[in-house]
Amino acid sequence: MCGIVGLFLKDKALEPQLGALLTDMLITMTDRGPDSAGIAIYGDETASESKLTVQSETPDADFAGLAEALQAELGGAVTLERRDTHAVLTVPAGQADNARSVLRQIAPTVRSMSFGDTLEIYKEVGLPKDVAARFEVSAMTGTHGIGHTRMATESAVTTLGAHPFNTGSDQCLVHNGSLSNHNSLRRKLQREGIHIETQNDSEVAAAYLTWKMQNGASLGEALEQSLDDLDGFFNFVVGTKDGFGVVRDPIACKPAVMAETDQYVAFGSEYRALVNLPGIEDARVWEPEPATVYFWSHTDTNSLNKKVA
Amino acid sequence: MQTYDLEAEGLRGLNASLHAQSEQTSQTNWEVVNPKGSHAIAVGLDAPIEVSVQGSTGYYCAGMNKQATVHVKGSVGPGVAENMMSGLVKVDGDASQYAGATGHGGLLVIKGNASSRCGISMKGIDIVVHGNIGHMSAFMAQSGNLVVCGDAGDALGDSIYEARLFVRGSVKSLGADCVEKEMRPEHIELLRDLLARAESDAKPEEFKRYGSARQLYNFNIDNAY
Repeated sequence: MCGIVGLFLKDKALEPQLGALLTDMLITMTDRGPDSAGIAIYGDETASESKLTVQSETPDADFAGLAEALQAELGGAVTLERRDTHAVLTVPAGQADNARSVLRQIAPTVRSMSFGDTLEIYKEVGLPKDVAARFEVSAMTGTHGIGHTRMATESAVTTLGAHPFNTGSDQCLVHNGSLSNHNSLRRKLQREGIHIETQNDSEVAAAYLTWKMQNGASLGEALEQSLDDLDGFFNFVVGTKDGFGVVRDPIACKPAVMAETDQYVAFGSEYRALVNLPGIEDARVWEPEPATVYFWSHTDTNSLNKKVA
Repeated sequence: MQTYDLEAEGLRGLNASLHAQSEQTSQTNWEVVNPKGSHAIAVGLDAPIEVSVQGSTGYYCAGMNKQATVHVKGSVGPGVAENMMSGLVKVDGDASQYAGATGHGGLLVIKGNASSRCGISMKGIDIVVHGNIGHMSAFMAQSGNLVVCGDAGDALGDSIYEARLFVRGSVKSLGADCVEKEMRPEHIELLRDLLARAESDAKPEEFKRYGSARQLYNFNIDNAY
């Protein structure tokens, strides 16, 4: 069992409240996943900068001088803003992936949580309310965000085993369920050159989508193909720089409910997670269909909502 | 009318108060406000009382109901009226997975749609869904009636025993050993009564009946593999 929450804002007026709304939703899902929690937030884009979110078990030692060391290697301006065990490093635009490789050399105990232009991921072991408080999630602003509360089944309860997973620039995925073919698929993706950090089944799903999108698929197409290639139980909620997608496996035994108003699209494992959203009383509320890809985008107004099986 | 604020007073207090009602109770009308998707609302009732829930609920609303009437003025999460024994459960909105699962008796009315596994392993309950139902509904259904005024999803009535399934719209696919059957006059009469009690104006003549081909459950050796 795990809990998923997601919020994709259509109305810019709600952007300052994104973190607060997601925090409330996340804490409501504590019963479904009390062992760890995480949140992915898509914030403002700065044209000249990309960013990495990193984490350390010993942040005092690891983060001291890290920006300077990275700047010396990359050559452009690097800044570091610490949040508890995590820090956001800004690097020159387009350098995030390169910075990740450099960090593995110069700071091997620093772990990359996410990279991209707008995405930040914060995740830790502990109760959702404690995790949200450590990172001050309620004060965060942004265009869309995804949260996860974890009750582990397929791999250890660790920071890296927590969701969301980020395997490509500005991409993230959270998962409720369990995959049966993740070991063989992990080997296949690794042969294709995809970097996979953990033994976690959900990270393989994230890496699978990244691989599909690297080979030209849109997020919607990648999600459709996941229905053929992933075996097991899954509700996925995924984020990209400008989009938000949902898919359930054909058996659809993991719970899901969605709500849409003129202001937002929201996902919750249970309706409880949605009850404090503004205007929920008048929202269109529905259970997403099995084997059906739902996708909303800030840039593509013809958002996909397509049945594939 | 007794009004109970679930958010302020908590779930255990509600169910304890409802369980304390007997056949002779004078507190026959209860209103639950601020359900906010909470689980296990009005579960295990066993008295002729009427409970109205002013909003949507989470898992297992009105589970194991006996005698009582529970009216949800919203949608319900998974397992509404699971293992109901008697009484009436009415949902104004939609129902999530396994609505009315394993129910032995009583009537479950869903004014909206029900999702997957509606009436799974039903054992005598009557279920009337005004909208559509999802896949694997009435799986291993043993007895009772499932009435669907809209469409049914994949694998309707898979491995069904003796329940009767009535569908007005399309059936995406039938499950193993489930077949269409003749609508006889007694089925029209049965359906007319169920539709009337469920406040549906659908006409019984518009429905098709499905049930067991009785080739699977008696361990016919030809079905072994």
